[in-house]
Formats: sequence, structure tokens, C-alpha cells
Amino acid sequence: MIKKYVGKYFPIFLLPTLIAFFVSFVAPFVIGMYLSFCEFTTVSNARFVGLENYVKVFSSSTDFLNALWFTVKFTVVSVIAVNVLAFLLALILTRPMKGTNAFRTGFFMPNLIGGIVLGYIWQIIINGVLGYFGVDITYAAKYGFWGLVILTCWQQIGYMMIIYIAGIQNVPGDMLEAADIDGATYFQKLRYIILPTVSSSVAICTFLTLTNSFKLFDQNLALTGGAPGKETAMLALDIYKTFYNRVGYEGVGQAKAVIFFIIVALIALVQQYVTRTREDL
Amino acid sequence: MEKRTKRIDIIFYIILTLFAVIFIAPVFIVLMNSFKGQFYITDSPFSLPDATTFVGLSNYVSGLRKTGFLSAFLYSLFITVSSVAVIVFFTSMSAWYISRVKNAFTRTLYFAFIFSMIVPFQMVMFSMSKIANAMRLDNPIGIIFIYLGFGAGLSVFLFSGFVSGIPKEVEEAAMIDGATPVQMYFRVVFPMMKPIAITVAILNSMWIWNDYLLPYLVIGNKYKTIPIAVQYLQGGYGSRDMGALMAMLVLSIIPVVIFYLTCQKYIIKGVVAGAVKG
Repeated sequence: MIKKYVGKYFPIFLLPTLIAFFVSFVAPFVIGMYLSFCEFTTVSNARFVGLENYVKVFSSSTDFLNALWFTVKFTVVSVIAVNVLAFLLALILTRPMKGTNAFRTGFFMPNLIGGIVLGYIWQIIINGVLGYFGVDITYAAKYGFWGLVILTCWQQIGYMMIIYIAGIQNVPGDMLEAADIDGATYFQKLRYIILPTVSSSVAICTFLTLTNSFKLFDQNLALTGGAPGKETAMLALDIYKTFYNRVGYEGVGQAKAVIFFIIVALIALVQQYVTRTREDL
Repeated sequence: MEKRTKRIDIIFYIILTLFAVIFIAPVFIVLMNSFKGQFYITDSPFSLPDATTFVGLSNYVSGLRKTGFLSAFLYSLFITVSSVAVIVFFTSMSAWYISRVKNAFTRTLYFAFIFSMIVPFQMVMFSMSKIANAMRLDNPIGIIFIYLGFGAGLSVFLFSGFVSGIPKEVEEAAMIDGATPVQMYFRVVFPMMKPIAITVAILNSMWIWNDYLLPYLVIGNKYKTIPIAVQYLQGGYGSRDMGALMAMLVLSIIPVVIFYLTCQKYIIKGVVAGAVKG
């Protein structure tokens, strides 16, 4: 009944969003796919070259593979660090203590600051510390790596902590009381009652930090800009630099972007699969 | 037992306070350095300003002049507020239509919106900025249209999830009373969507206010938003004015902190809702 009545109002309800979506996403996506098989400097002078760009991604330099490896290392380390620390803070902050709200508010705040601003804030601090040893963050790749990890922790711990707190508050209180009466230790309660209840929060936070870290761009650009050389450039930054800093390599940049997209899509598929199977349990 | 719990609590307070110091220190250090002469910042970034290093507000003055921060602030504010308003207005309507009029077309469209959420920006940045250029969308008004297209995925997804929980009977009653679909939507449906509209508005504001690459590629030559202005100040490594950079970082954080402290409750709720459903 509603369906027929509302159906013919398509131009009012759907059309504006549809046009904007088509112009800024659908068309660029399709053109982008096509351009990854072309040599071009603007959209209009594209010349079809088949798989040449994809070959060049791997043959012209090792930049892409280096960036991929750096991104994977960074993602693994930051996912573990952010989630462990956020979970510990959430455990402490769900205890019946005074003033936990103020701490929550404070820990969450860095999440609202933009990536570029965050990058420069930490560049000053890290360079200040490294200054005592006569070097700066661009001196060696390991400084940039750990700088990015620290920055990511600072930005995301508060956010993940809030999700964990929501999960921990769902732990049934009578179950914990029963465990207390049975004489369970704190770690037994943690292992057998709290952790199983928050497992969906763990899944959510892991995938959030995973995709956030994998797609990181602004922070990378501001903190190190990829220096020294291109050693601390992650995938997104490497693609950006291939596009805009190297004339004649636009097609290679687009091919890199397609590969990047496929990796991110695979992560999303795995996430879908994991959350689906969880629901079946 | 009582005593033991108290002692543990003290340990936890110490841990929490340590963390709190670590969380606040970066902002404090930047604030402190924004009042020091630029050469003292790199030499001794962790010392408080004293009689020789204190320069008053001169970093702020030079930063404001070099970056045109005031206009950047106004562009950021204008683009964020109008894009968020446009996104909430149009995508909520679309989400309602998609959920109520189910056919092959709307189902495909819904899938396309979800799909757009996982595509990294680098995939479309080049062709999108060329299209925006060709269509004369490369100005602070045109970019609103681009943001509507990019924000549609998450926003339609969140709104649709909410609409599926609204009973159709309410709308059918309005229909029998003679309301046109437009009246039905604005008088009955949209008021019910208020909680999710707040979530969508907050998530999109945080994204658009802090967004760097999209506005840089689309309007960056002529119009600078705050992130573009801060990045612009960087210039070549070594030649940059550290004092001005510190002052601009402080000025960029202030609006965010004010926004956070005034709508803190909604922000935390909204961000968590967005994360859990996305």
C-alpha cells in the first residue's frame, strides 16, 4: 500500500542523492577502473595499454611492495597495541569508582582532532625527544614507524575504550555475583565471564582499528611525509605520491589504487564472514 | 576486604592519572610552545616559556597572516555545516524511500551505497577531482554536492537501519488521513528519525571538518580549509615557521574542543552507534 503510494515520488526522495552519488562516486569509480589500464595525464588523453600499469607497479620500483610491507607491519602492531590498552582502560573504568566519567571524556578527546593536526602535534614532540640524541624523526624508518604507532594509539584508544566499556557493561551482574560466591578469582571471572560476553566488541574494535590503520593517510603525510626517502610511506601515501609527484606515472598510480581497493575489499569480506558466523553461534 | 579494595583503587587512580597526563601532555606542549619564539621551539620544546623565549601573541599574528586562517576557518565552517545539513536532509529521504519501496532497483542501489563505504578514497580521487573540475564543482558551494555523494553510503545505511524499526502502520494511518507522501515524510517520519539524524550529523561533521585530501584536490588551489592551511604552513622541511605552526595547531584544536564539550553526550553515543552498526 505504502509502496505504490510513495513509489512515484522517486524524483523528490531519491533523485538528488542519486545524482550526487553518481557524479562523485559511481562515475569516478568506473572511470578509475578503466584508467588503470591506460596511459594518461588527464582523463581525456587516456590511451589503452592493457596490463602494462599493473606490471609496472611491481617492476618499475620496489616502492609499492615496501609500502605494503610497512603498512602490514604497522597495522599488526597498532591493532594489538590499541586494543590491549583500550581494553585494560575499559576494565579499570567500569569498576565502581568515583570520577570515571571525567577520565572517559578526556581519553576520548584526541579522536576528534584531525589527522593533519595530529601529525604535526606528534612531530614536534617526537622531534623534541629525539633532539636530545641529535637526530629527528626522518633520520631512520624505525623512528617514523614507532611515531606512527604512538600517534595511532593516542588517537584511537579512547574510541575503542568506549566500545569496550559498552560491552563490559552488558556482562550480567548476577553471574559475577554467583562466581564471587563460588570463590572465583578475578582472572577466572575475566576469562570465563567477561571475555566471552565482550567478544563481539573485540571483533568490532579489531576490524575498526584494522581498516583505520590500513587506510591511514593524513597522519602519515603530516608526521613523516614518507621520509627518510620513501621508507615510511604507507600504501595510501605511496599511491598519492605516484599520482601527483611523478609525471607519466598516473596510470601506475591508478593501478596501485585498484590493488589497494581489492585488499581493503578482501578485509571487509573476511569481516562480514566472521560477524556472520558469530551470529550463528 | 574493604581495605584491600581501597588500596587497589588507589593503584588504579595512579594508573589512570598517568594515562590522563600522557593524553593531555601533547596538547599542553603545543599550547606552551605557541607562546615561544620559533627558534626556541626546536631547541627546547619541553621547557616553559620564560623572559627570553616568551613572545606573547606574535606567533598567532604571523600565523594568521601567513595562512589566512580566518578565511580558512570560515570556509571550513561553511562547508561542514552546509554539507552536513544537505546530507541529513537528502539521505534520510532516500533511505526512507529505499526501505519502503523495495524493488530490484532500490535493492541494487542500497548495495551500491554499502559498497561505496569500503572503497578507499585513493581509488576515485583522480577521476573524481577531474569530474568536479569539468562540472565547475570546484568551489565551496560545489563541494557540498560532492560531499553529499561521498557521505551517502554511511548515512543511507544508518538511516535505513533505523527506518526498518519504524512500524509501517503509522505511515499508513497518515495516508488514510489524506497526507501526501511529502507531508507524511516531513510531519510523521522525519520527526521520529531525530536520534539517528543526530548520529549521522555528528559522524559527518567530524569527517568533513577534519578532511584534508578531498578538499585539497577539489578546491585546494583557490580555497583553503583549516587542514589545508595547516599543511600549507609546513612548506619545505626546515624553512617553516615553527611558532606560527604551533599557534595554528592551537587555533585548530579550540573549535573541536568547544564542539566536544558542548555536545559530548551525543558525540560519544553517536560515534559508538556508528561504529557498532557499521
